[in-house]
Amino acid sequence: MTHESIPRRSVLASGATALGISVAGCSGGSGSGGGGGPTVGILEDRSGNFQLNGTSKWQATRLALEEINENGGLLGEEIEIVDPDPQSDNSRYQELTEQLILQDDVDALWAGYSSATREAIRPIINENEQLYFYTTQYEGGVCDNTIFPVGATARQQLGIVTPYLADEFGDDIYIIAADYNFGQLSGDWVNVLAQENGYNIVGEEYIPLDETDFSSVINRIQSEDPDFIMSMLVGANHENFYDQRATNDLENIPIGTSTAMAQGHEHIRYDPPALTNVYAGVSYMEELGDLRDGENFVDAFYERWPDANYLNQEAQNNYFSVYLWADAVEEAGTFDQQEVISVLEEGRDISAPSGDLTLDGATHHMEHEMRVARADENHEISFTNNERIGPSFLREEVEGGDGCDLREEDKTTQYVPSDVYDV
Amino acid sequence: MTPLTFSAYSLMALLFQFLNSFGFIVLATVGLAIIFGMMGVINLAHGEFILIGVYGTALPYHAGVPLPIAMVGGVVASTLFGVVVERTIVRRFYDRLLDSMVATWGLALVVSQLLLIVFGSSLDSISTPLGNVDYGPFSSSIYRSIFLPAVALLVLAGLYAVFTRTEFGIKARATIEDPETARAMGIDTDRMYMATFAIGSGLAGFTGALYAPALGSITPNRGSTFLVESFVAVVVGGPSVIVGTLSAAGVLSVFNATGSFFFGTFVGQMLLLLVAIVALRALPDGITGYVKDWRQRRRAEE
Repeated sequence: MTHESIPRRSVLASGATALGISVAGCSGGSGSGGGGGPTVGILEDRSGNFQLNGTSKWQATRLALEEINENGGLLGEEIEIVDPDPQSDNSRYQELTEQLILQDDVDALWAGYSSATREAIRPIINENEQLYFYTTQYEGGVCDNTIFPVGATARQQLGIVTPYLADEFGDDIYIIAADYNFGQLSGDWVNVLAQENGYNIVGEEYIPLDETDFSSVINRIQSEDPDFIMSMLVGANHENFYDQRATNDLENIPIGTSTAMAQGHEHIRYDPPALTNVYAGVSYMEELGDLRDGENFVDAFYERWPDANYLNQEAQNNYFSVYLWADAVEEAGTFDQQEVISVLEEGRDISAPSGDLTLDGATHHMEHEMRVARADENHEISFTNNERIGPSFLREEVEGGDGCDLREEDKTTQYVPSDVYDV
Repeated sequence: MTPLTFSAYSLMALLFQFLNSFGFIVLATVGLAIIFGMMGVINLAHGEFILIGVYGTALPYHAGVPLPIAMVGGVVASTLFGVVVERTIVRRFYDRLLDSMVATWGLALVVSQLLLIVFGSSLDSISTPLGNVDYGPFSSSIYRSIFLPAVALLVLAGLYAVFTRTEFGIKARATIEDPETARAMGIDTDRMYMATFAIGSGLAGFTGALYAPALGSITPNRGSTFLVESFVAVVVGGPSVIVGTLSAAGVLSVFNATGSFFFGTFVGQMLLLLVAIVALRALPDGITGYVKDWRQRRRAEE
């Protein structure tokens, strides 16, 4: 973009987001707005419903950017950070996203915990062609020009844990999931895996996000007596399921999950046996440490944030994706977003705390090292069944098998399992 | 999802589901009902009063205090908080319904943000005590489905005794009914308001203390967990605190329990709200308001 266009856009922005600007005043006054140097935006929740997961995402993003600045910055320039708190509020996210793009002119954006948030800001991202890293594990399928969803997708997470549990315990599955886009689509993915492998879905239930009482759910599970449960419950209210499970002595029915433990660290916050025999399909958990030679991400994290609760899977995604972006900027020799995206689309290898990963240029998704994390009767975590899984849904299955290739064509879409499968 | 089939066991499961829901609604509502029914203040910070009870219980519990004693801490904390809030804020809003909503909503935001700043993003949760009762293929939590509903009934009975059988109760009701005459009769109405508000917030804290081990995660935004059910119950119950709470909780939990038992939690929640909408339309003064009307009409006819 040219320099002349910045003031005009700023004027537009101040009109459109008058409220947002007044709020920015309280956020540390870091919005210099076209001050010349590189600027990175971070919108991660430090209060409200998602603060438990969002806080460590924010902390890890800051850690990576501060490390880069301490080592001389990027292209010889110090990176400025703009990071107001979106407070788990989607309309606030929309205001702040506009503000960060139009007023602060960010060169890259890390934003949002839930899929609902991502979808709320995606039109703004598309309209402004903003380079955006979405780092939460999610239902998958987003194929979008300027968006890099670097978290593991449902196909990667559920694809590692569901077959493992079916092999160990049997084929009868009971699905419980949160009743919104992420939970519904994750449930579809379990159904896809069941079709592919011949498992039986003996029950399936989508639970409103504000539900805290699971006694009827537990009674239904008892009446169906599945070999294992697949749980894609989300948020603080739903965690109560694990406690009620322990109260009703259900810990002998194993649970597979893509959401528990790796994000909300329930295995630490709850007394055993609430999470005993919960198996999570994860790309990373703090207990994994740092698999790179001579580095210790976990120590560095707690040194920078002594009061932090947990270093979750999403925080690791934020951390390595900042370095992924920085690498691409170095190679491009510019902060220009389109040029950085072109470099990223060539595909890149990156050494992350969770292992050696590869960015798939065509789909903007990661090939992750996936593993099954199990909590034992003392909530100790062990990892098994390590496997490298790529973004096969977008690469090989959508568009009648041609896959989505963002290097070839412009797209701002999200594919869902029912585009390909009969679910 | 598969609806459960009828059998003696599944009827028992339904009964326990009902008791669970009944206990929750009564306990979530009772503090709010007293403050609204007796003082005309809509306390939108009700969830946060309960949350103070939760934190007041969880903090000493995690410091090694046995759970029943820690629960006393929760009640004390919320009662003291209630007195301070009454003296500084709420006393300016008696019988100013809308103003009281804005003020207490602001208070709710302040409390939950302060809890976040002071105690961090979450406290470790407390396991539900007392285990479960097994029957056929099913089981239910003794704490949630037997203990809490029994406590809920005891609380209502206790309130009935306090407000009808004690001198304090008579004075409090006189103050609410006609403050000027009450003052002329030598009642310190200012103190009565404070005491009633303290009872309301103490009961909210008691609910928090009881649910601290049945809430799962303890985070600064959990206050909202209690808000919907309590407001719906107050609206459906109407002006009479005790009978209103009891009858509303009874009606609502029948629908909530049956819906979630046979068709899933989503239907259970929808039925609860649907009943509230129908009640608002058909019985604008709630169940007890309707009963009072009906009695008056019958008396007039005679």
